[in-house]
Amino acid sequence: MANAQEMLVTQDKFTHRKNLKKDIKHSLGEYIIEKIIFCLGITSVIIFSLIFLFLLRTGLTLFRDVSLKEFLFSKNWFPISVNPQYGILPLVAGSLLITAGAILISVPIGVGCAIYISEVAPPKTKMVLKVIIEFLSAIPSVVLGFLGIVVLANWVRISFSLSSGFTALTGSILVSLMALPTIITISDDAINALPKEYREASLALGATKWETIINVLVPAASSGIIAAIMLGIGRAIGETMTVMMVTGNAAKIPDTFLTSARTMTATIAAEMGDTVRNGTHYHALFAVGIVLLMMTTCINLIADFVLNRARKEGR
Amino acid sequence: MSKISVKDLNLFYGDFQALKNITLNIEEKKVTALIGPSGCGKSTFLRSLNRMNDLIDGVKIKGDLKLEEQDIYQKDVDVVALRRRVGMVFQKPNPFPKSIYENVAYGPRRYGIKTRKQLDEIVEKSLKKAALWEEVKDRLSKSALGLSGGQQQRLCIARALAMEPEVLLMDEPTSALDPIATAKIEELIVELKKEYTIVIVTHSMQQAARISDETAFFLMGEVVEVDTTQKIFTKPRDKRTEDYVTGRFG
Amino acid sequence: MTKKQIQEKIAFTVLTMTMFMVVIPTLLIIGYIIYKGIGTISWEFITAMPRKGMREGGILPAIVGTIYLVMGTIILALPLGVGSAIYLTEYAKQGKVTRLIRLAIMNLAGVPSVVYGLFGLGLFVYFLNIGTSILAGALTLACLILPVVITASEEALKSVPQSYREASLALGATKLQTIQKVVLPFAMPGILTGAILGIGRAAGETAPILLTVAAFFLPRLPKSIFDQAMALPYHLYIISTQVPNMPQGIQYGTALTLLGLVSIFFMLATVIRIKFKMANRA
Repeated sequence: MANAQEMLVTQDKFTHRKNLKKDIKHSLGEYIIEKIIFCLGITSVIIFSLIFLFLLRTGLTLFRDVSLKEFLFSKNWFPISVNPQYGILPLVAGSLLITAGAILISVPIGVGCAIYISEVAPPKTKMVLKVIIEFLSAIPSVVLGFLGIVVLANWVRISFSLSSGFTALTGSILVSLMALPTIITISDDAINALPKEYREASLALGATKWETIINVLVPAASSGIIAAIMLGIGRAIGETMTVMMVTGNAAKIPDTFLTSARTMTATIAAEMGDTVRNGTHYHALFAVGIVLLMMTTCINLIADFVLNRARKEGR
Repeated sequence: MSKISVKDLNLFYGDFQALKNITLNIEEKKVTALIGPSGCGKSTFLRSLNRMNDLIDGVKIKGDLKLEEQDIYQKDVDVVALRRRVGMVFQKPNPFPKSIYENVAYGPRRYGIKTRKQLDEIVEKSLKKAALWEEVKDRLSKSALGLSGGQQQRLCIARALAMEPEVLLMDEPTSALDPIATAKIEELIVELKKEYTIVIVTHSMQQAARISDETAFFLMGEVVEVDTTQKIFTKPRDKRTEDYVTGRFG
Repeated sequence: MTKKQIQEKIAFTVLTMTMFMVVIPTLLIIGYIIYKGIGTISWEFITAMPRKGMREGGILPAIVGTIYLVMGTIILALPLGVGSAIYLTEYAKQGKVTRLIRLAIMNLAGVPSVVYGLFGLGLFVYFLNIGTSILAGALTLACLILPVVITASEEALKSVPQSYREASLALGATKLQTIQKVVLPFAMPGILTGAILGIGRAAGETAPILLTVAAFFLPRLPKSIFDQAMALPYHLYIISTQVPNMPQGIQYGTALTLLGLVSIFFMLATVIRIKFKMANRA
């Protein structure tokens, strides 16, 4: 009897729907929210498409006034002369030179540092180093640019006895600092992801730690390291403020690291303020943006491809 | 009377067929034990009874699976309503990082019960049913993670009971516990079958023999034999069942 | 020592050197900015308006502008980023759509900041006609930090044990209730870390706001989100390149203020992350 009463009370609290059919009214709210979450999920796709769309829409208008041939192959970027010329070549050359310099500096240092962190450093040092490297990536580029002006440019001028320290080299050195965290973090992840068995097997065969690193670990992590370098290159090409502040910005094709150079990024940032909306110059800067975006996207896609391949090999 | 009836159930993970033509009836207010070597599909089968397999990508299910005459794999079935009627206890105790009270009250709260008085009542009753009340009544607001493994598992049982389910699925509920805690849970299961239909996956044949009324022997994704526990352990019809229960297997 | 040991010794010395080549410049940069800038920092410097063509006085409008921008950015980016991460971890199935989303996130992370600036200028300032303003800048920066917020949130959500989700679902909670009551609370510290890192990133960016918000010299505080504003990084750019005879003290002071602001966010994020890791281990 007592049991029956208790059952009754329970029934009052929980009336399970015996019918398992979905309740429209109840699930409608959940359905709507799930659709909203899906929309949020594809924001990145929408934003990325919008970026491409807006750059193309505005940038391609340039070719009503300027031929594609002139834009791609002319060696002159004179947007505000009486006879304006919009040749992107010197800007591409500037970007590539500074990026190449930065990568030459940051790859050996970055990969070496990544190996040190993942294989040599004791655990506590490892943690401190990781924090320092993350902090390096958090330093605003404009602060590095400022130090470039007040410190590094002077050093470059005096060391190489130049008339001006605002050179491609100055830019490369600073940009290498910005590419380093990317290269180190991703290489370190790649080496860390390797199975413990690799190390054990190699050491058990009588190899030294160094032999294990250079013969087993680095080759096994090579895809990840290559992806790290690619992403580092992407970071270097896209860097704006630092290069704008320290490379002198002469729009001519640089022949050595010790002359002034001008990148695509710096051109957009520096000249946009002088343009009128929908003028040829305005369109030209968007067209430069398209070239820049296509370069970085290609680099990213290659990095993604390499990383995916690495992941598959890992299985 | 059959609480759950399964007919020709086939389950695939991608190309791999994990369950083959399972036909099985689960009796109301009895304990049904699913036994068999690891990887034989018994846990997979258990998880298809409350559609927890839905959480895994690439799972395909064919066949009939009825809870009191309703096919639970029909398109218009609300899995939430289903899981409220078919509760589950997992292999490893998995209390939420919340207080003991909040763990038990979690289900009822989701069900819309808000008043403190009702919740208090449900928590007390569920913990009593799970034979945990006396041990925790003075520290209901303490973290559930501070309990011992056995207590955590009984808390998980209480948490499932708080939903007043009709069926309780247990996936090797004692495999992570010591013998004393195991004994307590087994006692509890025997007590609980007065009110609930229980399906338990176990890899311990002694456990199946001790607590279950019906036993189904799974092998390579198939049900080799299903009968009363008594018969399975004393007079199995199939040679493979005999080999397994007498420990001559593999 | 054998030949092998000598070889190893040399190699490890070289590796150690590469480590120092990263660490020393970083510490030098921070130390030098602090050393040169600390003398300028005073109550007046951070609370007064700039005077005499920015060559005297304080940098209050730049600080306030940056704070407005950063707040606007995170208010916009956080719901988008967390929602996106929830979709990816809790709802998405392996397939073409998911692959596309991941590709988009990865590419967004690689888009140069100046291109975000162009995009913000084209879409927000001109096309949507918001004009050069805090709002346009915050929208642009929100797009820029979105990948950071998504990636961090996703990692945080992934770290929630699957058994919690299963337990909640098996208790008859709906998927949404499970996310709300179990998954999100557990992942909160990680999500917070991501948000703070995003804020730090937004606070330091110059190129995007150069094209969408920035006022060269505006010695008053912004009145609304449709106002132009000064901002710290842009201000540092201006006073170190565009203003002749700028006293170095103000330059270093501004650099230190900016670096300090970014460091606060960075340290906050690091502390939360370390605490969270410890708590999880225990």
